[in-house]
Amino acid sequence: MSKFIVVGGGLAGLMATIKLAETGHDVLLFSIVPVKRSHSVCAQGGINAAVNIKGEDDSPDIHTFDTIKGGDFLAEQPPVKEMCYAAPGIIYMFDRMGVAFSRTPEGNLDFRRFGGTLHHRTAFAGATTGQQLLYALDEQVRRWEAEGRVKKFEGWEALSVVRDDAGACRGLCAVHLSSLRVQTFPGDAVILASGGPGQIYRQSTHSMVNTGSIISSVFQQGAAYGNPEMIQIHPTAIPGNDKLRLMSESARGEGGRIWAPRRKGDNRPPKEIPEAERWYFLEEKYPRFKNLVPRDVASREIFHAAVDLGMGVGGGMMVYLDVTHIDKATLNRKLGGILEIYEKFTGEDPREVPMKIFPAMHYSMGGLWVDYEAKGDGFLNRQSPRNQATSIPGLYAIGECDYQYHGANRLGANSLLSCVFSGQLVAPAVASYARNLAAGEAPSAAFEGERKRWEDRLTSIGSMRGKENPYALHRELGLLMVNDVSIVRDNTRLKAALGRIAEFRERWNQVSCVDESHWYNHPKLFINQLYNMLVTAEAITLGALERDESRGAHYKPAFPNRDDSKYMKTTLAHWDGGRVKLSFKDIDTSLFKPVARKYD
Amino acid sequence: MPKTIELRILRQDGEDSAPYWDEFSIPWSENMNVIGCLMEIQLNPVNKAGKKINPVVWESNCLEEVCGACSMVINGKPRQACSSLVDRLAQPIRIQPLGKFRVVRDLVVDRSPMFKALAKVKAWMPIDGTYDMGPGPKISAEDAERMYTFARCMTCGCCMEACPQYNADSEFIGPAPLGQANLFNMHGSGAMSKSERVQTVMGKGGVADCGKSQNCSKACPKEIPLTEAIAELSAETTKQLVKDMLAKGTPRSFGGPA
Repeated sequence: MSKFIVVGGGLAGLMATIKLAETGHDVLLFSIVPVKRSHSVCAQGGINAAVNIKGEDDSPDIHTFDTIKGGDFLAEQPPVKEMCYAAPGIIYMFDRMGVAFSRTPEGNLDFRRFGGTLHHRTAFAGATTGQQLLYALDEQVRRWEAEGRVKKFEGWEALSVVRDDAGACRGLCAVHLSSLRVQTFPGDAVILASGGPGQIYRQSTHSMVNTGSIISSVFQQGAAYGNPEMIQIHPTAIPGNDKLRLMSESARGEGGRIWAPRRKGDNRPPKEIPEAERWYFLEEKYPRFKNLVPRDVASREIFHAAVDLGMGVGGGMMVYLDVTHIDKATLNRKLGGILEIYEKFTGEDPREVPMKIFPAMHYSMGGLWVDYEAKGDGFLNRQSPRNQATSIPGLYAIGECDYQYHGANRLGANSLLSCVFSGQLVAPAVASYARNLAAGEAPSAAFEGERKRWEDRLTSIGSMRGKENPYALHRELGLLMVNDVSIVRDNTRLKAALGRIAEFRERWNQVSCVDESHWYNHPKLFINQLYNMLVTAEAITLGALERDESRGAHYKPAFPNRDDSKYMKTTLAHWDGGRVKLSFKDIDTSLFKPVARKYD
Repeated sequence: MPKTIELRILRQDGEDSAPYWDEFSIPWSENMNVIGCLMEIQLNPVNKAGKKINPVVWESNCLEEVCGACSMVINGKPRQACSSLVDRLAQPIRIQPLGKFRVVRDLVVDRSPMFKALAKVKAWMPIDGTYDMGPGPKISAEDAERMYTFARCMTCGCCMEACPQYNADSEFIGPAPLGQANLFNMHGSGAMSKSERVQTVMGKGGVADCGKSQNCSKACPKEIPLTEAIAELSAETTKQLVKDMLAKGTPRSFGGPA
């Protein structure tokens, strides 16, 4: 039996851990926060599976197509197919783990509608589905921990991977948050499940730990990164000072309607604006999918209404999300949790007053490039060591930090699914990899070298005493990305943004480690994370600049159409001589040929 | 004059250092919460006296009151810092670390005893495996909603902080883990291992050590009726006690233990 290292204790990391423990392997599980506090808790609306209990003739094939079309044909098709077929079994697994899914009157699992599909396909547990699924896996991991199969390293941050002379990954280098001790850990393979890079954007819906730092670090060690430019802007977030909190798509799945006043500058309170004077712009333009168009479409339409036409509430980039027409008992039962959040953070009751919402950075479809092995029938070879493997041998990536399931736009309630599925898929893959691994330990010099590299780097960061505050520089980066690399993209501004990011990297040399202590020193670790975020930001921006078309979340008014002849390709980013370089790789479209992506 | 927010923060440089109060005056902005205030200190690490200081450290993650990380004692009340909006708090806002746990630094505390307690009470479903074996038992909408109420526990520690019977030296396991033990007893499959779970909360440090102050339910940011869970679990321990006594008295030929 082998020993594996998992980095990240969200849904993907915990699922991989359980599958490995269950098949007799030992797992070292690393997480910055106690795993129960991982970002997966923020997922609200649900998890998709074509269980077809509503007499709608839904099927995994339709789920596959909806996902691929939702991603504007940039997702890898065989892994998506395998995932959609596995989805019903995944829901049942959680059901057996005791997740308090919402139920039908007969006691069956209930399903609601979500964006980008016409089927009721989303299972949900109140308004905190991600939290409930994460807790179920957390409990199972605790069970394996009690049996000694899993060892947790909570309060540790991963810094890099340890590579042998042949370039293969042989272990992990990590730092302990409080003692700041740097240590290396050997493992037969390392699985990264560290989540998305949302902290690169100011006030994203991501959690504080989502800097994507370790992903950037292995990118700088040579791992390729796929589709960095594909960043999802969620159409409905709640105004906030420290962050924009998500208002789940389930609000629209349960009948919530988006509107703006028909008359520009109409500043009456929303309840005083009569029905005829409200502009339901999504329903008008998309009579079939209405308010449940995919997120990229909804965000773009809100931007168009508010910014291009100046029709936003109060003249800003804000519109109403209205659930006041739905009876209160239904609201409380189906959406109670998210409506409470809105009330708690804004002081207004959304059962009485339409919610004010605006778009916020929410998810990265892009991530570390990973491989897969398909069979002739379009399904995957589940035993292949290639599944979820990055371009560094022995290094695997799953969950939001991999790139392959969502293409140019992710459908709502598909992220919990891809996290859990990729966590399941990676376990037999690393087991196969380990079986073929040549016997013998990696040379201890590789471990000692990596440990020394990081100890030196953190020591030198600790002694930085320049004039820049690292947190202020981070805010500048976040604002730049929100302003210039989000819903609407323009090549002139993207070029300028690349210049600014290069400038930020210069200024990074002038930051001050504003904490002089040697115990639980947050600035010291944050300065390293900031450097890594700057690298990822460059990859995102360069990817956006080089893709001269509009596809899914990537929208350029100067190139308003999808261009399959040129860009039916994965963007591959590489780190080369201290800069990001791009290349493009063809996509296998053997299952579904690209068609026009229409929702009207 | 621009509006400011006055803060008093109880700080501690390390695990064995003495705690001390530090005061801050920071610029106000709209919709600001306590986390936003702490972020301002990172941006400008200077206290009210104008002295350059190491920025305050704290734990937080989701900032949406679902992860449980940012529990602190704010104006005397244990709560989540992210949902503590400054406009609704009296100033100066007093911010202290949770007092029932070991302080690591400033507002960061070690809540690992709570996670260990979850393992002790076997707060998990004893499933046969994660392979596809079809759906679980049917559950009424009402029962599912009741389970959901308890399943929202974030292990944040507010109930532990408010409980008069719980402290770092007491044997009492505390309200949060008891709520979780009871949650798994509610489910069809979980109930199959109920005895095992109930036995972990019998005797010293178990459910009988609850002083019934009901502080836990009041302190819970998710309004989980923990006292109900403790009462249910308490009734189960009584039943278990009788069962155990009968089992001990059962002759071997009747299938009793040897």
